[in-house]
Amino acid sequence: MEGKTIVNAQKGVQEIIITRTFDLPVELLYMAYTKADLIEQWMGNRVLNLENKTHGSYRFETRDKHGQVLFRANGTIHQVIENQNIIRTFEMENTGFPVQLEFLDFEPIHPRASRLNMKIIFKSIEDRDNMLKLPFVQGINMAHLRLQNIIEKKL
Amino acid sequence: MKSRRDVFQAISDPTRRAILILLATQSLTAGSIASNFDTARPTVSKHLQILTECRLVNQEQQGREILYHLNADKIKEIEDFIEPFRRLWDERFNKLEQVMKSYPSKK
Repeated sequence: MEGKTIVNAQKGVQEIIITRTFDLPVELLYMAYTKADLIEQWMGNRVLNLENKTHGSYRFETRDKHGQVLFRANGTIHQVIENQNIIRTFEMENTGFPVQLEFLDFEPIHPRASRLNMKIIFKSIEDRDNMLKLPFVQGINMAHLRLQNIIEKKL
Repeated sequence: MKSRRDVFQAISDPTRRAILILLATQSLTAGSIASNFDTARPTVSKHLQILTECRLVNQEQQGREILYHLNADKIKEIEDFIEPFRRLWDERFNKLEQVMKSYPSKK
């Protein structure tokens, strides 16, 4: 199945470019990134703080059903231009991943379609590769868990 | 029937990853692979068996010995570690699209 999202990660550089075309007017795409209740719906995080303006900031978190924090991230918003772009930092708390710089460009294609260009710049090539591998590594862990469950059932 | 082993499960073990790195530059016998590790020979054999079962390495009979090669095609499959990352974002963006498509009607 071919997805609509393109990830461009060239070897030996410390950036990732993520491109995605949406069947949405650019205003709605931009809104999805700037309204807390909407971010909560599509990202699945709780928005603790979102000061969506130049020199603003944000903080998201996810908790499990016992109230334990699973994920918390924060950043500084460097620049916001409505329906055009957001420049911000992003840092996952307590993970050892250093802060990254994100350039989000919102581009209208026609009145009912738009494109998001997201350029992420990392502290080092290694940090970038680690971030790229994260879902892959989580996949391995899931495979382990599956295996463990199978073994436990057999015992 | 042999169970089909998961490639990701195979490479999650550090010894097996080290074996793959060894085989990246040359084909080796089980004996010479084992000589690179402090682990007991049967343990290395077990690792080789797992790597063979998931086709990360191929065996070739050479005289009395079995030579182990890296299977480049299979390695390529795991090299494509970007795909899970791409899929994660794709799913996230699909959700964004879905949420926003129903947004104006809620107003």
